Amino acid sequence: MSPVEPPVTSPTDLAAAYAALADPVSAAGRARPIAGGTDLMVALTGELGAPPATVVDLWRLDSLRGITLDGDVLVLGALTTYTDIRRSTTCGEHLPALVQAAMTIGAAQIQNRGTLGGNIANASPAGDTLPVLLAADASFILGSVRGEREVPAEAFWTGYRQTALAPDELVLRIRIPLRSGREMRFRKVGTRRAQSISKVVLGLAWRDHGEMPDTTGPPGAWRDVRLALGSVAATPIRARATEAVLEGRFPTPETADLAATTLADELHPIDDVRSTAEYRRLVAARIVHRLIREAGGW
Amino acid sequence: MTTYHLTVNGAPAEVDVPGMRRLLDVLREDLALTGTKEGCGEGECGACTVLLDGAPVDACLVPVCQADRGDIRTVEGLAAPASSPGAPAALDPLQAAFLVTGGAQCGICTPGMLMAGRAYLDAGGGPDHDAIREAIAGNLCRCTGYTKIVEAIALVAGAHP
Repeated sequence: MSPVEPPVTSPTDLAAAYAALADPVSAAGRARPIAGGTDLMVALTGELGAPPATVVDLWRLDSLRGITLDGDVLVLGALTTYTDIRRSTTCGEHLPALVQAAMTIGAAQIQNRGTLGGNIANASPAGDTLPVLLAADASFILGSVRGEREVPAEAFWTGYRQTALAPDELVLRIRIPLRSGREMRFRKVGTRRAQSISKVVLGLAWRDHGEMPDTTGPPGAWRDVRLALGSVAATPIRARATEAVLEGRFPTPETADLAATTLADELHPIDDVRSTAEYRRLVAARIVHRLIREAGGW
Repeated sequence: MTTYHLTVNGAPAEVDVPGMRRLLDVLREDLALTGTKEGCGEGECGACTVLLDGAPVDACLVPVCQADRGDIRTVEGLAAPASSPGAPAALDPLQAAFLVTGGAQCGICTPGMLMAGRAYLDAGGGPDHDAIREAIAGNLCRCTGYTKIVEAIALVAGAHP
């Protein structure tokens, strides 16, 4: 089926974008925002459900671009592309896990267009940056004609492809608190290195307070542990039982075994076209085991 | 309908089309530049790769409203025009290298491969095969096994150290 070509407006300031989104338009439904288009353009064929009746193009909203530091908070505009993230020395220095996630998304063509805000708002459980954002305690600044509000990443994905966004609301900025001593790891398992949708994707973060039991012992105990996963549930999730097991422990072989077992019990993925529940549970547990082993240096 | 102003292969082009029309359709249907191919139509295969302001993009995923005032290069813009009527066009060195290594077979992926390869070379990419493979990771080829395409890009990259 050839793609439909719904009417589109291309506002150049936020107020005009808000107004266009707040307009109830017609019986055909509200306008849908488009950022880099890597998801929405595919929907124009109608093969994935009803295509949008009208579209608001966000690409000219330059105020939603840029990567900056606000004190000890990393702030990324929603229109930041994966290529922007890969090239950002600020991201590379402060949140290399996000750079690693960006590198695994699509390939150059997708990375040049796809945006961080789009990954968040599209709300796919397989969105590759989303576990990083969850593990990093990110929050999102949302905006509409009613003003701005901040929603923690944890509260944003409310169900399969469901978000806390009102129909006329946009993701404006992503705020990531930078915490001293925080380590983060990112892993993605897909069918191939590029252009693949994740079977399992995860971010693991912890702070090592350097509480050395003795000078020859293992590195310090883990604090503020965050384990977030994608493609294993209807939304990106945190594995809280596994986090609780890891909290305060040293990255020893016993800890790794316990964390892997706990995670395999805690996850309830599904069989689908990309993988099986059993594979996802097994591989997620193995990755976490391996990350703990690498951190422990054994 | 809105009028969009593009620069296509160095020449100004004006199109009066719906803003959500895919850049791919504007190139192929409205501007009759059929060198850019449609493969999957969903950003998986890279057959429709063109350069938008120097960066490789899938033309099937870019609505023309987002390309307004943009500088677009397609496969038709690679070869220099013939110096005199009837004379052959002067191929881009990358096109010539594809001929040397046998990098083109059925031809469907070739325009996209050439544009992804051209972007890599324009960005100063070298002959390292791993780097080349990453640069064309968004372009699928079902004929060549990629080796000859990688060799073609490396040949040009190596000639301009």
